[in-house]
Amino acid sequence: MHDSKDPVEAIRAQFPKACLEVVTFRGETTIYIDPPQIADVCLYLRDADGLRFNFLIDVTGIDYYPDEPRFAVAYHLYAMLYNRKLRLKVRLPGDNPHVPTVTGVWPTANWQEREAYDMFGIIFDGHPDLRRILTAADWEGHPQRKDYPLGYETVQFSFNFDEVNRYKPYAKE
Amino acid sequence: MTIAQSYQAYPETSEWVGDIEQIKHLVSPRALTGETVLLNMGPQHPSTHGVLRLLLELDGETIVNVIPDIGFLHTGIEKNMEAKRFEQSIVMTDRMDYLAPFSNNLVYNLAIEKLVDLDVPERAQIIRVLVAELTRLNSHLVWLGTHAFDIGAMSVALYCFRERELILDLFEMISGQRMMGTYIRPGGVWRDLPDEFLPALEKFLEYFPPRIDEYEALLTSNPLWIDRTQGVGVITPEDAIAWGLSGAILRASGVNFDVRKAMPYSGYETYDFDIPLGLHGDVYDRYLVRVQEMRESVRIIQQAKERVKKVKGPFRSQNRKFVPPPRSELGHSMEAVIHHFKLWTEGFHAPKGEVHVMVESPRGVIACYLSGDGGNKPHRVHFRTPSFIGVQALPKLAQDHLIADLVAIIGSVDPVLGDCDR
Repeated sequence: MHDSKDPVEAIRAQFPKACLEVVTFRGETTIYIDPPQIADVCLYLRDADGLRFNFLIDVTGIDYYPDEPRFAVAYHLYAMLYNRKLRLKVRLPGDNPHVPTVTGVWPTANWQEREAYDMFGIIFDGHPDLRRILTAADWEGHPQRKDYPLGYETVQFSFNFDEVNRYKPYAKE
Repeated sequence: MTIAQSYQAYPETSEWVGDIEQIKHLVSPRALTGETVLLNMGPQHPSTHGVLRLLLELDGETIVNVIPDIGFLHTGIEKNMEAKRFEQSIVMTDRMDYLAPFSNNLVYNLAIEKLVDLDVPERAQIIRVLVAELTRLNSHLVWLGTHAFDIGAMSVALYCFRERELILDLFEMISGQRMMGTYIRPGGVWRDLPDEFLPALEKFLEYFPPRIDEYEALLTSNPLWIDRTQGVGVITPEDAIAWGLSGAILRASGVNFDVRKAMPYSGYETYDFDIPLGLHGDVYDRYLVRVQEMRESVRIIQQAKERVKKVKGPFRSQNRKFVPPPRSELGHSMEAVIHHFKLWTEGFHAPKGEVHVMVESPRGVIACYLSGDGGNKPHRVHFRTPSFIGVQALPKLAQDHLIADLVAIIGSVDPVLGDCDR
């Protein structure tokens, strides 16, 4: 067993241009990675001695609307050998967000990236099966974007009965 | 039931209105020539434990591939939480995994507490461990009952639900609700344990352990049970880790990973308990691990019960910026009135930042990613739910097995579709 290495130092040494920023909040380290290099960095973090982040806890999309770069994808890694967590993050532009997939590194990323695609419209390049997962296949828009309205049904009273009735979705024959 | 190859639509669902082109890359080339058969299972199938739809590609009775289709129970919980104040959305976490509501409460509240840096008094920690382990028993009882029922052992289901009723009674005592307690709140728990709780718990702890022996007498060495479960749905430790599986599935493959030991929360490091491990990673070992977990949970509950008798003190943090003052203070303290008013109209504000917390739920690792933007509402909440990950691995687990084994495998993964779809 090798001694554990500091992931920030290791990434900086291995990928000189990949590490954009390091933030620590409440004892949790977040490393901002250059988006095109994320899959390589993940593979390195998984396999390198002293790091061994073998368990991908989750992948999640985040929308920072109206800031730019608008989107982010956060990867939460866990190393069972050294019992520590790490968060990687990539920031993506608002129009046409693309990031390489990490399904080749951890198969568990498959559905989680599909969820991020479904909810935020983030495209994971090289993903084997990038379809919608939680919403229906013919759903329009990406519901968890900040500019997607939180829908609700107008309450029907006697004064607006006809008006609400007109645009109520009834099952088609 | 069987869909002919010429069929252009999937009548069971409005989702895949298209043709086979959409899933062409998921089935084997033999499905396109009609050599293998596509069969729809669910979403109303009783053994899929909820509204899980599986599209099976079959060669005779052997499964070539499974294509899970989820989302029927998607309720937009994460989106809704962004529109509500931190404390208002605890009630929604119960509804995700409705068999283990307190684990979900716990992970969300731990995330809030970490984000705003809030203390939790010792008595509250003990009560949290107590209800979290009772939740584990509750969930495992439903799992064992339905799992055995799926495979054909009906009486186990009746016994399990009989004991579960007692746990639900305990939940009703502490939270007023049988299933969706919303009992755990930021900084502690909603209220102190009522006087009648501890005697009832003691009675339960006396009654329950022999019942586990009863279940085991029915199943563990039952040749029918062994035939249906041993060597079925095997996953190697390496694959289990790569597929992100956690909880009993991972431990049945022999990987010693339990968040309660690895990254203890709520004082789990001070309790004496063991992590049961399996050897073969099959359905039978998952059964053994979960049954053993029930015994370990009883051990933890017994220790927590002794501690809760000794440790008195507040059951919720005294930090008035986050926790509303008790009713008795409002009559004589102006400051308390102000805090009360502020917390119920505006809520508390969280700093800009992000936290990630893991908790060992009965189904595996449930993790909560919570980020604040300085306001009184979360900027983003994300739950990594064990059922979502477990259902994803079904194709891996079920390959080359018979349809009848698939039922056993689904039961051993123990998915709750509310947890899966959120």
